[in-house]
Amino acid sequence: MTEKSPHLTIIEEDSVNMVRFSDRKILEELSIREIEDELFALVSSTPAIKLLLNFSNVEHLSSAALGMLINLKKEVEGKKGKLKLSNINPQIYEVFKITRLSKHFDIHEQSSDAINSFS
Amino acid sequence: MTPVDPHNVDPRNDDEFKVIEIQSTLTEAKKPESLILKEIEDSGYDEDSTFAIKLALEEAMTNAVRHGNCGDANKKVRVRYIVNPKQVTICVRDEGEGFRPEDIPDPTTPERLSLPCGRGIMLIKAYMNEVEYREDGREICMTKINPANT
Repeated sequence: MTEKSPHLTIIEEDSVNMVRFSDRKILEELSIREIEDELFALVSSTPAIKLLLNFSNVEHLSSAALGMLINLKKEVEGKKGKLKLSNINPQIYEVFKITRLSKHFDIHEQSSDAINSFS
Repeated sequence: MTPVDPHNVDPRNDDEFKVIEIQSTLTEAKKPESLILKEIEDSGYDEDSTFAIKLALEEAMTNAVRHGNCGDANKKVRVRYIVNPKQVTICVRDEGEGFRPEDIPDPTTPERLSLPCGRGIMLIKAYMNEVEYREDGREICMTKINPANT
């Protein structure tokens, strides 16, 4: 099953909701807020969600986007779900490392590894 | 951090800089960003340096609009910049009350790691070679040295 919105494509695979971003740059506050709203709606409509964010299309990320991911993780875990990230390019991974968020999030190189690790 | 040659660019000397003044909104903030990034592209900066400058500029503009000018669209943000093949220096000034950078807590401590804000300044410092606050914190001046021309 695939759902598409202006910012996101959501694919359900092996009971995992995998989200791909349409935006190459997740920088601007307005689009970050819209992405946050869409992801929160998905989390609240899917009990104990297995949520994977696939960053393969993303080239830039701001600190506001990191803040959104932190809020999302709290929301997912508050509803007994799990959040994983994958396919983060080396430049963006460096942003996670500098801010020490690479340890805060469960990050996998490939989406297939992340999907397998949910079970 | 690589030290910046103080004889090369002096943030106090306005004559050396190109200046853009914008209304304090995130939409207007895109104007200086696109002008500066075009010059960087034309000046032979590699992909990593361009990524670093773009990220730092985005964070500095967002800080000026949101925190410095407190979202007041009637206020202005003044951007001064020099782009040459050796280095890029960008100064972003808001009309707020200023702040003391040392008062900003470290967002990487265990108790702050799960808080959603406070990482912009840290990223600017990590990605630029030199960062200086002026005008009681109302202006940030940041420099990136082109690694290909050092």
